[in-house]
Amino acid sequence: MQDLETIVVHHPFWQNLHQRYSHFLGECAGTQHFAPQQQIFQTGCEADHFYLIERGRVALETPFIPGKGVMIIQTLEAGEALGWSWLFPPFVWHFGARAIQPTDLVVLDARFLRQKASEDHEFGYELAMRVGNVMLQRLQATRLQLLDYGQPR
Amino acid sequence: MVSLVENERALSPESDPMLPSRYQVRRVRRENADTFTMELAASDQSGSVLFAPGQFNMLYVFGVGEAPISICGKTRNGLEHTTRTVGTVTSSLGRLRRGDVVGVRGPYGSCWPLAEAAGRDVVLVAGGIGLAPLRSALQTIVAQRPLRHRVTLIYGVRTAEDMLYLQELERLRDRGLQLYVTVNRATGSWRGNVGVVTSLIPRVPFDPLNCVAMVCGPELMMRFSMEELIKRGVPEQRIFLSLERNMKCAVGFCGHCQFGPEFLCKDGPIFRCDRIRRWLNIAEL
Repeated sequence: MQDLETIVVHHPFWQNLHQRYSHFLGECAGTQHFAPQQQIFQTGCEADHFYLIERGRVALETPFIPGKGVMIIQTLEAGEALGWSWLFPPFVWHFGARAIQPTDLVVLDARFLRQKASEDHEFGYELAMRVGNVMLQRLQATRLQLLDYGQPR
Repeated sequence: MVSLVENERALSPESDPMLPSRYQVRRVRRENADTFTMELAASDQSGSVLFAPGQFNMLYVFGVGEAPISICGKTRNGLEHTTRTVGTVTSSLGRLRRGDVVGVRGPYGSCWPLAEAAGRDVVLVAGGIGLAPLRSALQTIVAQRPLRHRVTLIYGVRTAEDMLYLQELERLRDRGLQLYVTVNRATGSWRGNVGVVTSLIPRVPFDPLNCVAMVCGPELMMRFSMEELIKRGVPEQRIFLSLERNMKCAVGFCGHCQFGPEFLCKDGPIFRCDRIRRWLNIAEL
């Protein structure tokens, strides 16, 4: 069985990260299992963890909308990062997340990551670029989704 | 090489390429709220026809007009066309019933590169009704699939209710198709992927250096899918797109569907990515 440090640094989010950060990442990480339909985090709650999906599928959800209920915005799968609200003030989740399959997550302590990023700017740069890349991909996907591209040819 | 689906009789325009043949509606099958599949057979009962997956016919509703519609499959005696009611002609087509007669010209255009796909992984990326022009290619590829090669369909639709050929896709999955579906909006009890089709391209297992990708859907979706496939490492020379423009004559006379130096009707609709990529960025085209 892999140790936690190995699991964390082998996640695609940390691909090619300098190995001097491996021990730190291992120290601030844990793993958590979520059953289908189990809430991972809720809109408006403190964003105190950063999640990396190891296995399963997670739905990003809106808060309850009268007349529509809770709507799924996007699903994420193994190999992807979940959430970025933990990196930017006010550190509050804008959307919720729920497992829709049996899901294993690597859970990193957001305070530790932010602290490390402010003390070690090389790590901070790496972290910001990686989160920025996730945000870029999600923004592009959201733009396409807004255009509702599944329209008639 | 044009890969032909059976070879009983070529449906070729006669001496006058603008003269349609009379075809009878054999069956109309509703696929979803606004999309239907129509089986057409030659009125003279002369049997099945020859076409290559990816080609299209011009369907003429007498007194209304003509529209290019992809051939999405064949039956024992006829051809199937799936279309969505979006305009005057397709709305009229949607009102036809068994026994009604339409004019048919075709088949026209280029086809999916089935010969090139042999011996490689095949990735089909479809958006919405863009699955229809890929359907017969998919059927052929799955039927001929050697076990060592993956056949993958990445299919994006607006909602789960908009999916085409659901039962058929499930049968193909049982025969080895790797099927990935994503919806733009999750409705009802949908528990699958939600998001754009392009977001699945990095996740799906296939060998980018030894695969052929075939993409069909709205142009924006095709452009982003093409970029994702290239980012994944698929050579441009092995990415194929099915384009759509305003086709009128279907034989390169009228110029309505000109796209750079190409005419979509006779040089396309299926193009290799490296041959047309630069034209996609020119707004006037």
